[in-house]
Amino acid sequence: MIEFWLSLPPLLQATLKGLAVIAVIFPLAGAGSMAERKVSAWIQGRPGPNRAAIPWLVKIPFLGRALQRLGLFQLLADGLKFFFKEDPVPGHVNKFYFFLAPAVALIPALTTVVAVPFGAWLDGDTVVPIGLANVDLGLLAIFAVSSLGVYALILAGWASNSKYPFLGGVRASAQFISYELSMTISVLPVFLWVNSPGMRGSLSLARVVEFQSLPGFWGGAWFIFTMPVCALIFLIALFAETNRQPFDMPESEADLVGGFHTEYGAFKWAIFFVAEYAHMIVGSGIFTLLFLGGWNPLPWVSLADFSALIGIAGNPLVVGVVSIVIFLLKVLFLIFFFMWVRWTVPRFRYDQVMVLGWQKLLPLSIANLFFYLVVIALLQERL
Amino acid sequence: MLDTLFTVFATFALLFALGAVLSPNAINAALCFLLCLVSVAGIFVLLEAYLLAVLLVLVYAGAVVALFLFIIMLLDLKQVSAWKFRGISALAGVVGAGLLVAGVLAVATRGQLDSLPAAMIPALGADLKAYAHALFTTYLLPVQVMGFLLLAAMLGVIVLSKKFIAQGEAPAASPALDSQPATQAAQK
Repeated sequence: MIEFWLSLPPLLQATLKGLAVIAVIFPLAGAGSMAERKVSAWIQGRPGPNRAAIPWLVKIPFLGRALQRLGLFQLLADGLKFFFKEDPVPGHVNKFYFFLAPAVALIPALTTVVAVPFGAWLDGDTVVPIGLANVDLGLLAIFAVSSLGVYALILAGWASNSKYPFLGGVRASAQFISYELSMTISVLPVFLWVNSPGMRGSLSLARVVEFQSLPGFWGGAWFIFTMPVCALIFLIALFAETNRQPFDMPESEADLVGGFHTEYGAFKWAIFFVAEYAHMIVGSGIFTLLFLGGWNPLPWVSLADFSALIGIAGNPLVVGVVSIVIFLLKVLFLIFFFMWVRWTVPRFRYDQVMVLGWQKLLPLSIANLFFYLVVIALLQERL
Repeated sequence: MLDTLFTVFATFALLFALGAVLSPNAINAALCFLLCLVSVAGIFVLLEAYLLAVLLVLVYAGAVVALFLFIIMLLDLKQVSAWKFRGISALAGVVGAGLLVAGVLAVATRGQLDSLPAAMIPALGADLKAYAHALFTTYLLPVQVMGFLLLAAMLGVIVLSKKFIAQGEAPAASPALDSQPATQAAQK
């Protein structure tokens, strides 16, 4: 089977891999919207969506009812609704940018997946990461592409040509830039640690995971334990960058109706929605790789040890699938965490967002960077 | 293949650069500038200067143009009225354009660009370590001068945007509101 795969032309291989990843990301993003409704219901003590059903599927004993209770059919109903609903275009909008904005939202969110390694398999003793491309500039490339996502919000807000979307667009542009700085600075200690002096510099995310699966107490510790402040700043900035509550200033439905997507409906609105969840999935993936040990099952237990322990080390395909499952479980937990925070913490006021970004988070991340500069310079040789 | 891609990116870069200069709508101009930057990043990729391409997209396309749009939208510029050159501003324009042409000519005729071996150019722009090393050794002075220039620009923005109040007058409420975006722009 592996021989057959390797005999395919590289372009076809890349296309198939890309389609496979999209086939995972899209349903995950869709299921995210459903999960959000269920999680919010549980947190607020409601049952959530549990009525929608396909007539003959629900007749399957036990399973059909369980799926109905979980609201899985509601997901299907929502999806169909977005396809078949009338898609109104208000008369006062700038049509070109109005149609462009949802595409601009989705493209960067899906493009960033290219540079995210999401699993690994064992080739003898070496761990080979699985991903669409092993980009040497890893995280920098992801930051570069995802920073283009803000134009979707700005364009949507501006093209809508009415007051509330416009305010949403203005807020988006200011907020994204404010938190991008702290986000970039907060990951620098991780890469300082990973790139010890004398080595060839690399920002590859697979390398970061490799450093979290070394033997020994310090080698096996995930970076969330050794660099908790970095992880916290990155997580907060991630909330702001993915436009999630308590930072969802651009759409803030309490004071801006729907913010940048007020004038959007049906399918175009759904694309914004999918883009937000895709962004969240990729962001959670990056957090997992940087701070939660990537595809290593537990702190101090690397993938290689784990697969030797349960006796699958000889089978690269199974190891690959297990590593991807471990990685996805961590990502799903983080997405749950995103929702947990959303339905627990009230939204900030806009000035609070700005004060938090510029006056608290940025100085904290710079101080944190200097602290780790000194610590790494003093300690790295000895550990 | 590479030649075709270069032609495509170069054409896009020139067209969008023209669009950025000629478009009467400020938002259109800013977006043309954005696409121009992305095309130039594409040319960098063709030169195998991946780091430069990524940095260009991250810093300029991702952040600086977003700030431009923020300011344009904040001021709500619908149509930009043509700027009239007169007196000192015309002189400054001529001097600036002259310096730019002289600089480009100097680099093109006897600068270091063609004296570098062709194999070294991608290595500097492609690899993080080589780039940082060059930045902090060979080009340390230009980097420091640029940093100083940016500092001067930032102070200038603060001085221009903050309304200094003469002693004895009551402080006005507006300066804090006005100066915030401008100082953010400068900090960037």
